[in-house]
Amino acid sequence: MPLTGPKFLLLNGGMIMAKHDTPLLDQLESGPWPSFVSDLKQEAEKRAKNEAGHELQIPVDVVDDLLGILELSFKHGKTHWKHGGIVGVFGYGGGVIGRYCDQPELFPGVAHFHTMRIAQPGAKFYTSDYLRQLTDIWDRRGSGITNMHGSTGDIIFIGTTTPQLEEIYYEISHNMNQDLGGSGSNLRTPADCIGQARCEYACYDTQDLCYNLTMEYQDELHRPAFPYKFKFKFDGCPNGCVAAIARSDMSFIGTWKDDIRIDDEAVKAYVGGEFAPNGGAHADGDWGAFDIQKEIIALCPTGCMKYEDGKLEIDNRECTRCMHCINAMPRALRIGKETGCSILCGAKAPILDGAQMGSLVVPFVEVNADDDYQAIKDVIEPLWDWWMEEGKNRERLGETMKRLGFNALLEATGIAPVPQHVQEPRSNPYIFWKEEEVEGGWTRDIDEFRKDHQR
Amino acid sequence: MAFVSSGYNPDKPMENRISDIGPRKYDEFYPEVIKNNKGKWLYHDILEPGILVHVAESGDKIYTIRCGGARLMSTSLINEICDIADKHCDGHLRFTTRNNIEFMVDSEDKVKPLKEDLESRKFAGGSYKFPIGGTGAGITNIVHTQGWIHCHTPATDASGPVKAAMDVLFDDFKSMRLPAHLRVSLACCLNMCGAVHCSDIAILGYHRKPPLLDHEYLDKLCEIPLAIAACPTAAIKPSKVEFKGQEVKSVAVKDDRCMFCGNCYTMCPSMPLADKEGDGIVIMAGGKVSNRISAPKFSKVVVAFLPNEAPRWPQTTTVIKNMVDAYASNANKYERLGEWAERIGWERFFDICELDFTHHLIDDFRDPAYYTWRQTTNFKF
Repeated sequence: MPLTGPKFLLLNGGMIMAKHDTPLLDQLESGPWPSFVSDLKQEAEKRAKNEAGHELQIPVDVVDDLLGILELSFKHGKTHWKHGGIVGVFGYGGGVIGRYCDQPELFPGVAHFHTMRIAQPGAKFYTSDYLRQLTDIWDRRGSGITNMHGSTGDIIFIGTTTPQLEEIYYEISHNMNQDLGGSGSNLRTPADCIGQARCEYACYDTQDLCYNLTMEYQDELHRPAFPYKFKFKFDGCPNGCVAAIARSDMSFIGTWKDDIRIDDEAVKAYVGGEFAPNGGAHADGDWGAFDIQKEIIALCPTGCMKYEDGKLEIDNRECTRCMHCINAMPRALRIGKETGCSILCGAKAPILDGAQMGSLVVPFVEVNADDDYQAIKDVIEPLWDWWMEEGKNRERLGETMKRLGFNALLEATGIAPVPQHVQEPRSNPYIFWKEEEVEGGWTRDIDEFRKDHQR
Repeated sequence: MAFVSSGYNPDKPMENRISDIGPRKYDEFYPEVIKNNKGKWLYHDILEPGILVHVAESGDKIYTIRCGGARLMSTSLINEICDIADKHCDGHLRFTTRNNIEFMVDSEDKVKPLKEDLESRKFAGGSYKFPIGGTGAGITNIVHTQGWIHCHTPATDASGPVKAAMDVLFDDFKSMRLPAHLRVSLACCLNMCGAVHCSDIAILGYHRKPPLLDHEYLDKLCEIPLAIAACPTAAIKPSKVEFKGQEVKSVAVKDDRCMFCGNCYTMCPSMPLADKEGDGIVIMAGGKVSNRISAPKFSKVVVAFLPNEAPRWPQTTTVIKNMVDAYASNANKYERLGEWAERIGWERFFDICELDFTHHLIDDFRDPAYYTWRQTTNFKF
């Protein structure tokens, strides 16, 4: 029943009637998976009751209207949100995304409904004290609805009005020592995997490198100066838990140069069935006893392993560090000790010219906190200079690389070409030779040529 | 409601302004056992679906309970998560890249009470607040975008189809019966804020009708050259249009060149594409981001279009469930969905998954298309 007049009804016993009927959304309350509809409803009720006694700074029925407009989208099969306007906080060109609905008379609570991106801490570790400070601000000054987290990694505050933007920014920066994240043609909020904090595969400290570069490049993060968005992501190993290789303009993927460490006794324990392979990841499948020949040796993509007479051997020079054997026998095999990272560039989603995977630009670089990660910054900065000079408006780094060629990137960054840069050499001979590469240059005299060759 | 100032003075925005301070530093939030053992972890085991133990060189252990969560989350729920963390985990918790919540404790005896507490909490509508699972060779949470809850360009909803799909896939969230882990992702348009293009199974919103042209406002709201330049197939050209007896500047769209990407709409709000019949879902499959055994792969389009069937998208969830079951019963141990499809051949994949192959699935977009045609006599009947 649509209610007019009062925004909600407090019935006898304190039960609160919903402002809008939501018969379609209601069908998403059943089933085992956490229902966002039930959660939105509990939030709407919390705001209506306002037991905390907050002086709510945006409409009390904002979540009711959010449910109402979503129900309308479910009915219409179309969104009811308009393009963002230019809203933000003073001095920043990102971190806030303007959002307005196209049915403000029906849903005044969400007429102005802007997003704020709050820069998340590394690997998304939190304390309850910190989160409660955030929720307190967002209950008073926003809708109380969030994304934990947005795709790039930020904490997303969904829905507040323009006058609240500066107030929220003031409160988080002054009371919480907390900044906004990136949006627009900026460095987007960098994100990292759990890394050495709780993973035995991590080849470097993803959180520290992520934090260091985030702080070093705050200006690039807050003030748009790039042709388009730019993402850093940090994966501690080639397993790629933050999907850096698929979605970041520059991915830092942990790797090592020396030998996989083998614990012979533990290998025997896997072979003998004392340890479950892959950390027990296949416990509910009917896979039979562990077979090291079939599951490890035969699946090694380079064929660099053998298991004979109860002894595992790895020809480490031929290993490409795919992680399979380490994943499958984590108690027996460990990553090497001479660790660092590979840098791949140019990954992006399909819009516009098709999806791109990151391409290997730096096979190995040391990840050295002692010199403030200078070797890595020495790669980033020339690359940015080149992209800012050559990139077209709304062109991702990967598209610039594709348009101008991999060699142009190598030239701009001063990185020497190595066979590791390619899957295979080119299969056409259309090499763009430069004049200085060709003996005698390109200036020739046609009369000299004609002395030996008649017309 | 009276306006309450934070202390910000709009007349003097630079007064006491704090900026460029970045996120809070990661190590402020580490649980004690992580602080003590960072970089010194030896190995981990999955004790049961959703429950992990990591063992450090020191002998210290950390037990993690992973719970699924809707990434669209209220402060009420976040506060409840905080209460749980206070009760069991000394106030610590974390979120994963795939929108799971992880509660960590430092000894085994704390696991059972935490697990029971989490399992006992349900929403008023009956769904679990904190289902435990998402580890090992199973299906973890679906990463997704905003959809109809907050985005201006979506071709489908996000939270709705994800809830519907996870209800159908729930058993595989709670167990580890699959040959390898299987990642499902959703992006509500091909902008792919969610970057789903390397997922085992991707649910992608897509438009199928060229933009409408709001001639009356187009020149007032948009930079026409930007709208033209935004089109990847050069389908848009400037045009003078008769509107209510007056000639107005606008654009014309060559409909048969439109690939429905919506990039023009991003640049020009007077060119909306959204349409109830036109919009729907593309299903892609076989992508991965890990370098394990084989290189990372893009997902391939396996179903060109399914309609938006709010609220539960039954055709979409059925296709996904069938694909997961076919993979579960046919792939080899450790084989990702895409590796399985490549080993048996995509012709066999369509066969086993009982999917129709239509002309839409043959790539005709620019150079890379050629490399996807079959250039060998090796194929299966």
